[in-house]
Amino acid sequence: MRTKFVKSLPLIAMLIAGITITTPSFATDITGAGATFPYPIYAKWAESYNVKTNVKLNYQSIGSGGGIKQITNKTVDFGASDKPLKPEELEKVGLMQFPAVVGGVVPVVNIPGVTDGELRLNGEVLANIFLKKITKWNDAAIKTLNPSLALPDSAITVVHRSDGSGTTFVFANYLSKVSKEWSDKVGADTSIAWPTGVGGKGNEGVASYAQRIKGSIGYVEYAFAKQNNLPTVALQNREGEFVKPNIASFQSAAKFADWEKAPGFYEILTNEPGKETWPITGATFILMHKVQDNPANGTEVLKFFDWGYNNGGLMAKALDYVPMPESVVKLIETSWKSNLKSKDGAAIWTK
Amino acid sequence: MSSYDNKITVSIAGGEPSLPSLITLKEQTTRDSKKMSPSAQNKNVGATLDKLFRNTTMFFAFLVFILLFGIIVVLFVGSLPALKAFGPSFFTSPAWNPVEIQFGGLVPIYGTFITALIAMLIGIPVSFGIAIFITELSPTWLKRPIGVAIELLAGIPSIIYGMWGLFVFAPLFADHVQPWINDNLGNLPLIGQVFQGPPMGIGMLTAGIILAIMVIPFTSSVMRDVFEIVPSMLKESAYGLGATTWEVVWNVVLPYTKTGVVGGIMLGLGRALGETMAVTFVIGNAHELSPSLMMPGNTISSALANEFTEAVGDIYTSSLITLGLTLFVITFIVLALAKILLIRLSLREGKQS
Repeated sequence: MRTKFVKSLPLIAMLIAGITITTPSFATDITGAGATFPYPIYAKWAESYNVKTNVKLNYQSIGSGGGIKQITNKTVDFGASDKPLKPEELEKVGLMQFPAVVGGVVPVVNIPGVTDGELRLNGEVLANIFLKKITKWNDAAIKTLNPSLALPDSAITVVHRSDGSGTTFVFANYLSKVSKEWSDKVGADTSIAWPTGVGGKGNEGVASYAQRIKGSIGYVEYAFAKQNNLPTVALQNREGEFVKPNIASFQSAAKFADWEKAPGFYEILTNEPGKETWPITGATFILMHKVQDNPANGTEVLKFFDWGYNNGGLMAKALDYVPMPESVVKLIETSWKSNLKSKDGAAIWTK
Repeated sequence: MSSYDNKITVSIAGGEPSLPSLITLKEQTTRDSKKMSPSAQNKNVGATLDKLFRNTTMFFAFLVFILLFGIIVVLFVGSLPALKAFGPSFFTSPAWNPVEIQFGGLVPIYGTFITALIAMLIGIPVSFGIAIFITELSPTWLKRPIGVAIELLAGIPSIIYGMWGLFVFAPLFADHVQPWINDNLGNLPLIGQVFQGPPMGIGMLTAGIILAIMVIPFTSSVMRDVFEIVPSMLKESAYGLGATTWEVVWNVVLPYTKTGVVGGIMLGLGRALGETMAVTFVIGNAHELSPSLMMPGNTISSALANEFTEAVGDIYTSSLITLGLTLFVITFIVLALAKILLIRLSLREGKQS
């Protein structure tokens, strides 16, 4: 028995060696963790990128809060968050951030007889509904905006997210910008103290509550409303135009945003200028350490996102995300050069 | 004689002596009759192995203590920041504001108790009925199918109950039951407002009903098992004296199985208090304190399930951990009360007989 084992030793050694040889030593795996909202597009990009370059992305969609924690503790190469960190927060932990893709948040309604895009609302009315100040669909404020619609005399049920979410942050941030009362009483964060309503877990939770409860209004990611055919509303933007949510109106928001004047890319794309702009738009962000302990991995992460910006636009659109406009990509890559360094001070992005 | 003794001691001390060791023992004991020392040696080996075995099992058993203690310590340390910031008012404050970092646990604690109470109010009588029917009244051919069905129900993952509750039960409840409750119970004096609210199909009452459905398989199968151990002679004697089925159940079966029934109820209560996914689906997840059972609320476990992943900031996370600690303590108290109840029941039994 023993002799047999000894005889087979070389064979085993060869096998082990073979395994190590077949693993390509040049491919670095990159790891990221955070926001769930951009997970589908990161996964899609990662799949195509892996075919091209053999670099594997391991992304855990554990939520923005978890992403921030993990990148702060340096357990991943990059973190992802739907809520941008303020410049001073970034400074405190030595992080930099940049936007990856843009998405829209849309109010969805369930009013018998009202179809997609028929109901017109403005920011103030929307805020008052979520503040419980407007409680019936035939309220005078809603009627003035919709003179031709037959609105029922039924109670409004607000549906919101029960879990912390970047979607909530973007939505509440918009309400804070258009309603002083909202900003004083409630404010904006990934979870907030809702004045009224029921909470659904995740976009799918909100969507299913909105579909179940007659007379409800909720908010979901655009992709979710589109895929589930939920009736959305037309919203009045900063220029006074009523716009419908679609890729074009989100892109307009991304284009008109003044990224250059936003230190640390702290820019929330709500209530942006532009005639076609959808007012509740938000970018999702990538967080990286300014000083990279492992510059090779850092460079791989940047290569991945560079590839995504330049080649992933169609994939993003197919999944109802808005790719970053070219001008913004240039700004982002310039900031990589000046902000991301290895320990000895060399820039890790030189392209 | 000495060889016989030897074998006995070993097999007793060894608990489960394996076959080979017994055989070697036999060989040795025959040789032993003249020399004692090898046998003593063998005994020593056996004793050492035995000690090892005992210590290993003891270690495994103590793992439970270590785990329990570890969990308590982690929860307690994790909850310190929130307890420091809010003090005991954490348990009485209904505030839950992540923006202003103001947290209180009253809403989820209240929701946990109320939903569990509803579940028990519905679940106990139904489980009792099921168990009685299976053991006392059902024709023999029906016993098995019902028993299997109950076991299958117990095996369904809770998320399936949640989805069923949200997609099937809630719409039916909203369209057909809640309007009736609103019209008929909503106007009652005093308790009327408990039954008033928009017919949304989700809320504390729905959560309680779903919990009841989830609890029933557990309680009823435990009750069935304990009812079945009642000696048929006792029951038949009672029937012989002319007792009705109800009298037999109430005066013979129940007193005989009290402890088991209480145990089954506690098992159900434990599940109702800690159930997460199914409740999260149908309770509405709102941090709002409302007297109405039709309104959305929150429970400790669903608040944790909803908010833990995205909780940013120490106080927020710590407040959630404090909620976890609270649930831990509540479950502990419930179990302790059950144990005390059982002990008192058995004490009283001793006095009676």
